[in-house]
Amino acid sequence: MNYNWNWSIFFEPAPGGTGTYFNMLLSGLWLTIQTGVFAWIIALVFGSIIGVLRTLPSKTAYWVGFAYVEFFRNMPLLVQLFLWFFVLPELVPRSWGLWLKQLPNAPFYTAAIGVGLFMSARVAVQLAAGIASLPRGQKQAATALGLTTVQSYRYVLLPIAFRIILPPLTSEFLNTIKNTAVAITIGLIELTGQARSMQEFSFQVFEAFTAATVMYLLINIIVVTGMRFLERSLAIPGYITGK
Amino acid sequence: MFASFDFDVIRRSLGYLFLDGMAFTLTLTGLSALGGIIFGTLIALMRLSGYKLLGHIAGLYVDLMRSLPLVLVIFWFYFLMPYVGQWVTGASRPISVGAFTSALVTFIMFEAAYFSEIMRAGIQSISKGQPAAANALGLTYAQTMRYVVLPQAFRNMLPVLLTQTIVLFQDTSLVYVLSMPDFLGAASKVAQRDGRLVEMYLFAAIVYFVISCTASFGVRRLQARISIVR
Amino acid sequence: MKRMIGLALAAAFCAGQANAQELTGTLKNIKETGVITLGHRDSSIPFSYLDDNQKPIGYAMDICYKIVEAVKKELKLDKLEVKLTPVTSSTRIPLLANGTIDLECGSTTNNTDRQKQIAYTNTHFLTASRFVSKKSSKINSIDDLKGKSVVSTSGTTNIKQLTEANAARNLNINIIPAKDHAEAFLMVETDRAVAFVMDDILLASLVAGSKAPADYVISKDAFSKPEPYGIMLRKDDPAFKKVADAATAALYQSPEGTKIYEKWFMAKIPPKGLNLNVPIGPEQKKSFAKPSDSPDPDAYAM
Repeated sequence: MNYNWNWSIFFEPAPGGTGTYFNMLLSGLWLTIQTGVFAWIIALVFGSIIGVLRTLPSKTAYWVGFAYVEFFRNMPLLVQLFLWFFVLPELVPRSWGLWLKQLPNAPFYTAAIGVGLFMSARVAVQLAAGIASLPRGQKQAATALGLTTVQSYRYVLLPIAFRIILPPLTSEFLNTIKNTAVAITIGLIELTGQARSMQEFSFQVFEAFTAATVMYLLINIIVVTGMRFLERSLAIPGYITGK
Repeated sequence: MFASFDFDVIRRSLGYLFLDGMAFTLTLTGLSALGGIIFGTLIALMRLSGYKLLGHIAGLYVDLMRSLPLVLVIFWFYFLMPYVGQWVTGASRPISVGAFTSALVTFIMFEAAYFSEIMRAGIQSISKGQPAAANALGLTYAQTMRYVVLPQAFRNMLPVLLTQTIVLFQDTSLVYVLSMPDFLGAASKVAQRDGRLVEMYLFAAIVYFVISCTASFGVRRLQARISIVR
Repeated sequence: MKRMIGLALAAAFCAGQANAQELTGTLKNIKETGVITLGHRDSSIPFSYLDDNQKPIGYAMDICYKIVEAVKKELKLDKLEVKLTPVTSSTRIPLLANGTIDLECGSTTNNTDRQKQIAYTNTHFLTASRFVSKKSSKINSIDDLKGKSVVSTSGTTNIKQLTEANAARNLNINIIPAKDHAEAFLMVETDRAVAFVMDDILLASLVAGSKAPADYVISKDAFSKPEPYGIMLRKDDPAFKKVADAATAALYQSPEGTKIYEKWFMAKIPPKGLNLNVPIGPEQKKSFAKPSDSPDPDAYAM
């Protein structure tokens, strides 16, 4: 392979004046984590609301949930980010649009919200399936005890449903972190973006991408281990995951 | 609100958007799904083969692909593939791999990891008695897989495979980062040339939405039919 | 019998020809495949951009086709297929290095840093790095960009110069990378960024092609001296470079060079019928008279 490997490139100063190329990648990693966590919080909050809506007896609630999920699931994430970033500010009143566009961290907020909403549809589907998988007796018992609908969700259904869907939620969380890389297209310089800048400045393509790959693998290992720990500590002895 | 819109820009570029852009997207989706399912099935078979080493290699491959963002994988493959081609064929220089071929190989390799998980679940869903019976009839392992297990696994998993293909259809839009002329790439080229981002991106969103929605509706009907037969 | 002799003669002839040309590198590849791949840009007006039918055209494309002709003649090919591959500022160097494209026809600044990775044929243009902003935002100097959002195209020398100036002068600029020039310019047009740092010729073409050209102003302040643009080719490929250098030198020194220049800079160009009206300057004239691939801006100064 006639490619000039140069692994010491990571310790050479980057043009930004803020340190070495390795520092540059680390700042990208940090931004990836921040965006991912912010997006995941949005995904969990909206996904839970919509997921619950889909399981309520009300037809209207079901349709709202259905429309929401279909809307966010049937468009590529990239297109959704373009809609939030390029289209939305032009459709709202001019002064609001200007304010939106001149936010100092517009790509960050757009990415976090865009990826968050995109993932919320997936969380909603998982949660609705989790609730639907509970035996009907649970809901009935809660009602018999005199719990309101809100109370039965809060104290009975959701705690168990979330435990059931913890494994798929782990992989959705990882997907959220990975999906933040799409925001490279709206100018967010997260890990993939920093690897690309490093390639542009230093011409060391494969070193840059190898480092980014290793960092993504590390994120994965840490999240998977952490979630397994969480699963174990939340398990109810004798029930589902508490084998 | 829509007063300053120029919808004519869409009409003028329809030919380019669909005959070039959408054709690129659909060809890429179709061929990647086909290749991805074949390669994915091979990976699934490796994982279930019982040979520890083979299983580990396949498992590592799937884990690696599933840990990385598709955007990063697209960059990797576009830049790396000519060197791999050089290494495989023993040529003296990197081999030129066209943009489409490069994208196709990327999506086959990437999506195979996801398809393999689906096929693995499909193969495991076949009751143990069936391969045992095939074995008793004197069928070899290859014959058992070819005539007994895989056709059923494939059929049972068809809705899930198709759903994954819809995801793949949406994912192909990411070749935008390489300036390739897929549907979104074509739309953005027109949008940027004429300064009509709002119109073109809205239009692209609607087209993706209609196609994906129709396709997933079709998959749901198929699923209903299959589940009745079973 | 006659046929046999003919065959033998033909075989001998072919063998002789094959021996006569010990081809290497890109030329060998082109001879074997009958294909040459040109990398082009989406919106480097007027160097390399897409016309109304989404076909790449431009000044650099015309020059590249001259090189293609020369290659065809050099290899004595009856037919040479030209493949076109879109590249961005960010992908052009790796894609050239890895053999995806054979020539990059665009607006690539020739500098010493890049010459370590790839080679250039003779300079086809000279331009300095400046920025464009809306007149209404009243930005007159580089220091006025302090604390603002400024866009540039990722993978260009310009974004690197901006990054370095930002660090050196402590400007605290929020730098937004864009995929291509048109996208970057739209960021200024839609007020997402106050300025776009790029080579002044590209800025001038984007402004001229915009909806309201009178709204914009290109800075007097420059981030660099006028730097040379060159067509990129792979490094360490002297045979191919020789053909490209000879073809471009012959073109630039003949009246045809000036004609091609005037076609793109002094006349109406597609798709909108703009006339950029950039007369050939003394530096450009000198670089045409004495073609060179030097990365040193001072080599072109008058």
